[in-house]
Amino acid sequence: MKLHEYQAKALLAGFGVRTLPGEAASTPQEARAAAERLGAELVVVKAQIHAGGRGKGRFVEDVDAGEIAKAAKGEDAAGKGGVRLAWSADEAEAAAAAMLGKTLVTKQTGLEGRQVRTVFVTEGCDIATEFYLSVMLDRSTNRVLFLGSAEGGVDIEETAHDNPDAIFRVEVDSAVGMTDFQARAIGRSLGLTGKTLTKSVGFFRALYEGYMGLDCSMLEINPLVLTKQGELIALDCKMDTDGNALYRHPAVAELRDLHEEEATEIEASEHGLSFIKLDGTIGCMVNGAGLAMATMDIIQFKGASPANFLDVGGGAQQSQVEAAFRIITKDPNVKGILVNIFGGIMKCDVIAQGVIGAVKEVGLQVPLVVRLSGTNADLGKKILAESGLAVIPASNLDEAADKIVAAVQGA
Amino acid sequence: MAILVNDQTRLLCQGITGKSGAFHCRQMLEYGTKLVAGVVPGKGGETFEDTGVPIFDSVEEAKAATGANASVIFVPPPWAADGIMEAVDADLDLVVAITEGIPVRDMVHVARFMEGKRTRLVGPNCPGVITPGQCKIGIMPGHIHVPGSVGVLSRSGTLTYEAVGQLGEVGLGQSSAVGIGGDPIIGTKFIDVLELFKADPETEAVIMIGEIGGTAEEEAAAWIEANWDDRPIVSFIAGATAPPGRRMGHAGAIISGGQGTAASKYAALEQAGVTIVRSPAALGRTVKDLLG
Repeated sequence: MKLHEYQAKALLAGFGVRTLPGEAASTPQEARAAAERLGAELVVVKAQIHAGGRGKGRFVEDVDAGEIAKAAKGEDAAGKGGVRLAWSADEAEAAAAAMLGKTLVTKQTGLEGRQVRTVFVTEGCDIATEFYLSVMLDRSTNRVLFLGSAEGGVDIEETAHDNPDAIFRVEVDSAVGMTDFQARAIGRSLGLTGKTLTKSVGFFRALYEGYMGLDCSMLEINPLVLTKQGELIALDCKMDTDGNALYRHPAVAELRDLHEEEATEIEASEHGLSFIKLDGTIGCMVNGAGLAMATMDIIQFKGASPANFLDVGGGAQQSQVEAAFRIITKDPNVKGILVNIFGGIMKCDVIAQGVIGAVKEVGLQVPLVVRLSGTNADLGKKILAESGLAVIPASNLDEAADKIVAAVQGA
Repeated sequence: MAILVNDQTRLLCQGITGKSGAFHCRQMLEYGTKLVAGVVPGKGGETFEDTGVPIFDSVEEAKAATGANASVIFVPPPWAADGIMEAVDADLDLVVAITEGIPVRDMVHVARFMEGKRTRLVGPNCPGVITPGQCKIGIMPGHIHVPGSVGVLSRSGTLTYEAVGQLGEVGLGQSSAVGIGGDPIIGTKFIDVLELFKADPETEAVIMIGEIGGTAEEEAAAWIEANWDDRPIVSFIAGATAPPGRRMGHAGAIISGGQGTAASKYAALEQAGVTIVRSPAALGRTVKDLLG
């Protein structure tokens, strides 16, 4: 589950990670009040969306499509971005008013952008140096990995590609936790020396404790800054936490921002379905994540494109099949539906009943191809054939893909 | 000969009285798997329904009393990691963790706990392991499997069944089929299973099904290039059409930081001499063609 910058910073501060004081605001008035309470000479007003690259992002309401296209590629564009400096409460209020309710397009949002519903009003600081630091799981070694670069504010993917030597790695043994010497190794790799180096140990250890303690799956501090006063501060923070571990962090679970998620994806998750919207024309309903991906792939292989990923899971009930149909048919781009089931534990006759129930309830305006294999496949096919519904049967994956692609392209 | 499990395997189940544990244990017994014990803390002394399979409070006791050498785990996610470590501590040969949704942090600790231990973990979040006609450990439909010469390994469940079903259509059976699991941290990786298939003279060809996320397929490709013999390996990678940054159902199926794309995996496997298929419907017939 992704968190906003202001949420992530508050959580990390609880582990002793140094961040700058600030408050979230959802109206310009709140932003003004926050700036007044902070009382700093300079405050920064930052748009809160689940995507990075906000400073270089642009608002669709402010500039023309050409500039938005540049912003979506992460290039410099005319206009103002989603991170603004304010030298007074008046300016903070004006900056918030200029961002709230508008749609910010960044390198990470795609052209559609994200609506800004909250801004973070925070103190500024005197930056001496900017660094990059992230924490993640190394799936090759099954250990937590700190990955960093003394060049801050960079695009780490580009740096990893163009200049891999500029990136350092420190792996942590979970049985011991981060040791002081490892923390110093991170500090030395960033170029810290003297007292700043020895003081940095607490910062990096706190970051590790925060990552583990919050069950993070990704933590990125970009930039991490060293101030002119010699202090390390997490100036920005991107955090993704393990959805499977939320049961032990009820307070974190409360921070989920449903506005950042697709409405249909939320509806799907409420029915225990795994659904991801795509931009093609063939809706898919499949059991199992791997087979669901493979179904999308074969649709593309046959020359069409999938409208979604949808895994109904291993033991779907009729009600879930119906919900899946409702969700698929809501997408106006869907010109045909492919149901691909390899029944293992799931019985094909149950799926067939679910499909009939769903078609009766939701209606069927587009071609529907149903492929049933495995447990009780013959019974399932018989039920569909006798239903009188315009279901196109298919006996294997190849035939199913051919039939739905032909039906959609012929339409 | 097969790999990992055979008709000598003596299985215990952790979480045998839960809904899915009980269902699948009945299925495994029906298949002929030698399920000799259940483990449910607090229910020691009871038996599993009307099967006569005894239930114990701990893996240690179950092993001592029944000679079990393998465990299948259906324990719910919050306690599953502890269940795995208990089975490893009891020095079983094989632990197959079916449970989906174990927190990654718990698996980081499990992986560390297992260092230096000899027990092999398959999964978690996997369909299990089957040697057709001898032993089924897991949730796969037994009836689609046929004894034969093709080794199947995959990160996915139903896509494995799809491959097995296609082999059946072209008249080929399986030596063993192994679902290694869709989580970011899994006990047994592609290379581990490939090593076992390499040592198995009954395995004449291998189907290896990968998916987006991580670099396990690339690592397997490097191993194949250096170590594999001339038996055919046919591979499909699920998720060529998946958008970056999204988790495609499996916790481990995510393209992040430009890593884990299907394109990169296909390129590495092709380079290693693996026969790649870009249509998941072509797995069975491609193996058939290569075996002649």
